[in-house]
Amino acid sequence: MSAAPAPNTSNASPPPRVARLPFGTRVAMFVRLLAIQGAWNYETMLGNGLGFCLEPALRLLPEGRHSPAFKSALARESRYFNAHPYLAAVAVGALARAELDREPPERIERFRTALCGPLGSVGDRLVWAGWLPFCSLFSLGLFGLGAGTLTVVGVFLLLYNAGHFGLLIWGLHTGWQHGLRVAAGLANPVLRRGPQQIGRVAALATGAAIPLALGRIIGPGRHLIGGVLVAVALGSLLIVRLKDRIEGWRLSLVVLAIFVLISVIR
Amino acid sequence: MTVVSLIPLALLGGLLGLDVVSFPQAMISRPLVASTLAGALAGDTSAGLLLGAALELIALETLPFGASRYPEWGSASVVGGAIFASHSSRISGALTLGMLTALATTWVGGWTMVKLRRMNARWAAKRRDALEAGARGAVISLQLTGMTADLVRGTLLTALAYVILTPIATACIGSWTIDPQLSRSVVVAIAASVAGGAAWKLFHSTAGARWFFIGGLGVGLFLLFT
Repeated sequence: MSAAPAPNTSNASPPPRVARLPFGTRVAMFVRLLAIQGAWNYETMLGNGLGFCLEPALRLLPEGRHSPAFKSALARESRYFNAHPYLAAVAVGALARAELDREPPERIERFRTALCGPLGSVGDRLVWAGWLPFCSLFSLGLFGLGAGTLTVVGVFLLLYNAGHFGLLIWGLHTGWQHGLRVAAGLANPVLRRGPQQIGRVAALATGAAIPLALGRIIGPGRHLIGGVLVAVALGSLLIVRLKDRIEGWRLSLVVLAIFVLISVIR
Repeated sequence: MTVVSLIPLALLGGLLGLDVVSFPQAMISRPLVASTLAGALAGDTSAGLLLGAALELIALETLPFGASRYPEWGSASVVGGAIFASHSSRISGALTLGMLTALATTWVGGWTMVKLRRMNARWAAKRRDALEAGARGAVISLQLTGMTADLVRGTLLTALAYVILTPIATACIGSWTIDPQLSRSVVVAIAASVAGGAAWKLFHSTAGARWFFIGGLGVGLFLLFT
């Protein structure tokens, strides 16, 4: 596996620039991106994971993996970093380009710091608050419509991971293409308008999926369904009102425990 | 319950616990998937899916934002799904107990994730000199140590939760007195209430989302009653 160097037109000493990432290196970086949070901690957050993902690219430095250049780049890239784990692919691609282009270390460090905020907030809104709930609710809707196990689970996993893997591949490619000028790549309409659009579609899916899933879980003989719908409306209002005091899953735990006690004791 | 039957369940819980954050975050740890897989392992896939759907409604509330503390659904759904699937012939109590045991495990699971993150920080501190020197081995070993520890965390959590909670759940299911229809209605009302609250939190700031929600609700209710 070797890098394809760009033509060196000058007689000066700088080592040849790596014009493109070999396929094997891209695959290694992609697989490592799936494990970028493997050592996530409250001190360096994604930092070590970022260094871990960049390591295959840094091996392309002409001096090799035992050189001071490799070690200083890996040390720099393994320091504190925080971003959404999927959009961190943009940072990995851009930083690989910057390191292999021999950008000054101070510039790379400023760039790393500047990337954290946008890649975190955009990713959170696009994926955690948009794509994941949408895929989940879409599959719950299918469940409510009577779809089989394989369909419900298969559609959820395929749909979600089409977005997940697509975002990783796009991020790595865009980061590598743009390098330190990756801000242009982040102006992509999917990132700018995506959260809003996905939010609307997910709201539509929520409205349809909740009653359908509810109907299937209750099962045949739905004479209580009217009461359940009223209870859900009131319960949702209560959870919205209590939003900063108790999370819904904790409240559910308490209510269910009381319900079990009532059933067992009486 | 034998050690032989516990091992695959614990390993499944470990793998799905690993998926929550460390690797590969493909959402096989979501209750819809995890509970179904546990149900398949316990001999009733459909029961696993049913509980998974109810838990998924609650899990909609969980947004795994970086440093925030959140419940760990992967291992927990395996515990709940397996308990429910192995008592699915007595669905009224089993559904309630499946959900309750999953929620109790998810609580402990969230706590163990915080502990793991602190341990990762300690392991990183121990390797600080090597990391500052750019030692490739230190970077890779820290990553692999974190992932291995997460796998062990999920496996142990699943095994312990299942061993402790199964006898309690079995006893409660055995003495269940509430009407099956009412039991299922209570469970689903709780789950759907959390989902409704979560939907408001997620989409209330999105322009026009409420109209999409109302439109979807109309479609959902129409399909439900026809």
